[in-house]
Amino acid sequence: MSTSSNSGTFRIKGAGRLTPARTARFTFDGKSYTALEGDTVASALLAHGVHLLGRSFKYHRPRGILSAGPEEPNALIDVSRDAARRQPNVRATVQEVFDGAKIASQNRWPSLKFDVGAINNLFSPFFAAGFYYKTFMWPREAWVKIYEPFIRRAAGLGVAPTEEDPDHYANRYAHCDVLVAGAGVAGLTAALSAAATGQSVFLVDEQPEVGGALHYDTATTIDGQNGYDWAQATAARLKAMPNVTVLTRTTVFGYYNHGFLGLVERVTDHVAKPGKDLPRERLWQVRAKKVVLATGSIERHMVFANNDRPGIMLASAARTFLNHHGVAVGRQVGIYTAHDSAYETAFDLKRAGVSIAAIVDCRADPGEALLAEARGLGISVLSGHSVTDTGGRLRISSMTVARNGGGDARKIAVDALIVSAGWTPSVHLFSQSRGKLRFDDVNQRFLPNIYAQDCVSVGGCNGTDDLAELIDEAIAAGGGSFALSGENRFEWTGGMIGAAEGAGPDTTVKAFVDFQHDVTAKDIRLAVREGMHSIEHIKRFTTNGMASDQGKLSNMHGLAIAAEMLDRPIPQVGLTTFRAPYTPVTYGTLVGHSRGELFDPARKTPMHALEAGEGAEFEDVGNWKRAWYYPKRGEDMLAAVNRECRTVREVAGVFNGSTLGKIEVVGPDAAQFLNLIYTNAWGSLKPGKSRYGIMTREDGFVYDDGVVGRLAEDRFHVTTTTGGAPRVLHHMEDYLQTEFPHLRVWLTSTTEQWAVIAVQGPKAREIIQPFVEGVDISNEAFPHMSVAECSVMGVPARLFRVSFTGELGYEINVPADYGPAVWKAIWERAEPMGACLYGTETMHVLRAEKGYIIVGQDTDGTVTPYDAGLGWAVSSKKPDFVGIRGLKRPDLVREGRKQLVGLLTKDPALVLEEGGQIVADPNQAKPMTMLGHVTSAYWSENCGRSIALALVAGGRARIGETLYVPLKDRTIEVEVTDMVFFDKDGGRIHG
Amino acid sequence: MLLIHCPYCEEDRSELEFRWAGEAHIARPENISAISDEEFAEYFFLRNNEKGLTYERWRHIHGCGRFFNAARDTVSDRFLMTYKAGMPKQMLPETGASEETVETYEATEGDAR
Repeated sequence: MSTSSNSGTFRIKGAGRLTPARTARFTFDGKSYTALEGDTVASALLAHGVHLLGRSFKYHRPRGILSAGPEEPNALIDVSRDAARRQPNVRATVQEVFDGAKIASQNRWPSLKFDVGAINNLFSPFFAAGFYYKTFMWPREAWVKIYEPFIRRAAGLGVAPTEEDPDHYANRYAHCDVLVAGAGVAGLTAALSAAATGQSVFLVDEQPEVGGALHYDTATTIDGQNGYDWAQATAARLKAMPNVTVLTRTTVFGYYNHGFLGLVERVTDHVAKPGKDLPRERLWQVRAKKVVLATGSIERHMVFANNDRPGIMLASAARTFLNHHGVAVGRQVGIYTAHDSAYETAFDLKRAGVSIAAIVDCRADPGEALLAEARGLGISVLSGHSVTDTGGRLRISSMTVARNGGGDARKIAVDALIVSAGWTPSVHLFSQSRGKLRFDDVNQRFLPNIYAQDCVSVGGCNGTDDLAELIDEAIAAGGGSFALSGENRFEWTGGMIGAAEGAGPDTTVKAFVDFQHDVTAKDIRLAVREGMHSIEHIKRFTTNGMASDQGKLSNMHGLAIAAEMLDRPIPQVGLTTFRAPYTPVTYGTLVGHSRGELFDPARKTPMHALEAGEGAEFEDVGNWKRAWYYPKRGEDMLAAVNRECRTVREVAGVFNGSTLGKIEVVGPDAAQFLNLIYTNAWGSLKPGKSRYGIMTREDGFVYDDGVVGRLAEDRFHVTTTTGGAPRVLHHMEDYLQTEFPHLRVWLTSTTEQWAVIAVQGPKAREIIQPFVEGVDISNEAFPHMSVAECSVMGVPARLFRVSFTGELGYEINVPADYGPAVWKAIWERAEPMGACLYGTETMHVLRAEKGYIIVGQDTDGTVTPYDAGLGWAVSSKKPDFVGIRGLKRPDLVREGRKQLVGLLTKDPALVLEEGGQIVADPNQAKPMTMLGHVTSAYWSENCGRSIALALVAGGRARIGETLYVPLKDRTIEVEVTDMVFFDKDGGRIHG
Repeated sequence: MLLIHCPYCEEDRSELEFRWAGEAHIARPENISAISDEEFAEYFFLRNNEKGLTYERWRHIHGCGRFFNAARDTVSDRFLMTYKAGMPKQMLPETGASEETVETYEATEGDAR
């Protein structure tokens, strides 16, 4: 490994703003380099003459650095601190160097300079746009096994890290009067203007320092000062104001509805040794009353043959590397331009001592002021000429120049080529805000037209080129009023979109439009020839603009080439929609703290710790953690459930029912309200009694079920399914507030206020007897479906005699805080009597043995109460209830609907699969006629055989019939039965 | 994320606090058990789903819990007004400008087909 102690041989003494004494060391593909603090990876490597940074996506062509900013499509690198802190696909032009950074190139094997995948370049005729739609059609199997894995390996970007990310990410919300996106001249001025009026202001910029174009444009003076210095001084002034927040290294990546913006602040990515308490990145969610977009514009490249060699870069990039980082991008530099701005890059380079091979300007008549300056500096300008080709393998070595319209071509030796096709206003955020654009024919650009939100565009992104005009516009946008002078040396004009000379429709050269996805001008023309006439189709066929840079450089060129082929004006070909995020955002930022235990909240019952102490295994039911079964030493799940099932029926079991949804329905019209919400009739239910209720939606299908206890004339204790509690309350509130607002009823969720301890089994009464005060719980005084307010262990309680097992049973409701104490006391008494704790699995088996349904398992949103065998719960006397009309719909009353029935396998040892399809004749031709499916299936220890519930067409009329459940490897024979498998006469429940 | 004015709380609150609740001003028929299948279909299944000005219900479910009505332009997502449940439909002029699509895909969709 060789090392170099200086910060690069292309560093120009006296140029740039970095401090030579402040260095940082980093490695690139294992080789060590010295950078200066404030360098990006791109500027640091260029300082050492390194231009080759990666291989392209499809053709594996050598690629270098094209830009100096976030629009970079080529120079994607892998950045790591250690094995876990590694991020692929980082733009080298954005990543700041920090001491100890490990940088690696991507998409090459075995090495960047010798890449086997580059053979794709030779086969490129086969990889034209849409090739995979056509080439890899057949045979179908081969797509999955051969083509796709091959393409994925060959074409690609970086490799995702495999280790868990040890960094943490923060999240903040903020509100402000004005948010200014972009801190160039326009943004700073607008922020200054808004801040002066006393409004709260956010000024946000993606770069480490404010200044925008002033980073490279050293010829601009503001307020009599050098532009960059004015920018820093202005930012310092703003930061000192209490009503202003200045965020740098922060990207406004999304502009959503109603002034809502997403920002990502990169907190530590530039720091060598970040403090452990600092988040790596911070997501800001800002609600701004007004937004000022000062996002500037992005320079475009020229589209010509072999325009992608390392060493070819945008004029603004070369000027940034020189004027900000103090780095020359070459020693013999060519310029190829259609716009004035590249001239100033040439002038700056020449003054810094770099040799300029020639300025090749495709325009016939560049501005006289520029030409005079070039002459004065001794730079030769070839106007009306174009660069028609380039040479060089891993770095450009020559450009071929010819007069437009034909003429002798000549080769000029260069080691860098600066290009500019002009500037594209950054209208991304404006478009995200749903603003509509218009096409500026004169300057060939899209500009903001109709605003959808309280937002204003200023400066480059608004097409305002004149500096004085830009400043006035920015002051007005901020709402203030003051004078500020700005001057620059040259007026910039010119620009082109589409393919340049030598890359037109009659050529077959590789002139790249989209570098990141390897899309050429030829590909876009092919798409049009293949029949794609909308830019949306052309984009998808060629993948132009679909890479992670989202076509910041390529979209306008692609559009112009398509428009030329279609012979239609650009606005008629259309512009693809800009989507958030503006630049890629890490998952870490979006997820923030919501990972691991904080990913989704866990709801735990008051008795959770006690259950865990008894060895419970838990299952997730919605967000609830419910005890699933309680294995004893050596027991697997089946053995534990079998023991629990047997014990409940032989002795008793204690079950935690706290997750049951509970709603307190109170008011003089409470019974009338329940009459409308449930299918049952409630008027006849006396205080002290409870009833099983079915709720349907207006369409007549079962929505929820549960036991409802009447505590007083005007007070009901309603229970719902565990998962259904929130939506049932929502459903009730909807009807109460909007359809039956005349009813005097109040609804309160009490799910978490009550801990529920169910004691079920022949010894249930004996177990709870000593704890209960204030109510006689003898069978005669407190029969099945009784409810009472009483006290249990001195705690105010609601006691239900109710059963979901078919056994004598009680459900004790006590205030949640008392749950653990009551649970503990009951279990301490029950255990020596031979009872068990049981979980949700045993609860499921016991209820299935009795044919009790679970809404959502045995019903699926297309099942009526009649289908479920619960027709008895639908009152025929009520004039109205939700679902009364739906239940009369022709399809709901027809013969042959699927009905819930029992199934017994002919082989009692076989347990059916839930979801298994049921047919009448297993030998019929496929596709078979399905009669229904298995909804519940268990091994029943109490029945000594398997049992199942199923929805079967015309099910109740088929009782006694033999049906079949065909599986992949065998067919299971079943007999249709009624739904009750245990204690058919139901005597035990009244014990 | 939308910013929604709750007419009961009389405050602009974030969409996170609300739940959308379907088209507004569809009253449950008084004599629902007697209506025809067609009338039931009209009441329960069929919705306008209009582009542009639309009347819809929201519930401030993580706030005051009240259902209310809103007039929203579905193209711009701009709320033109929100008002309490039970109030008659607030007639508003159609919003035109925000629907104009100048250069987007919709403008050329017909051509592309």
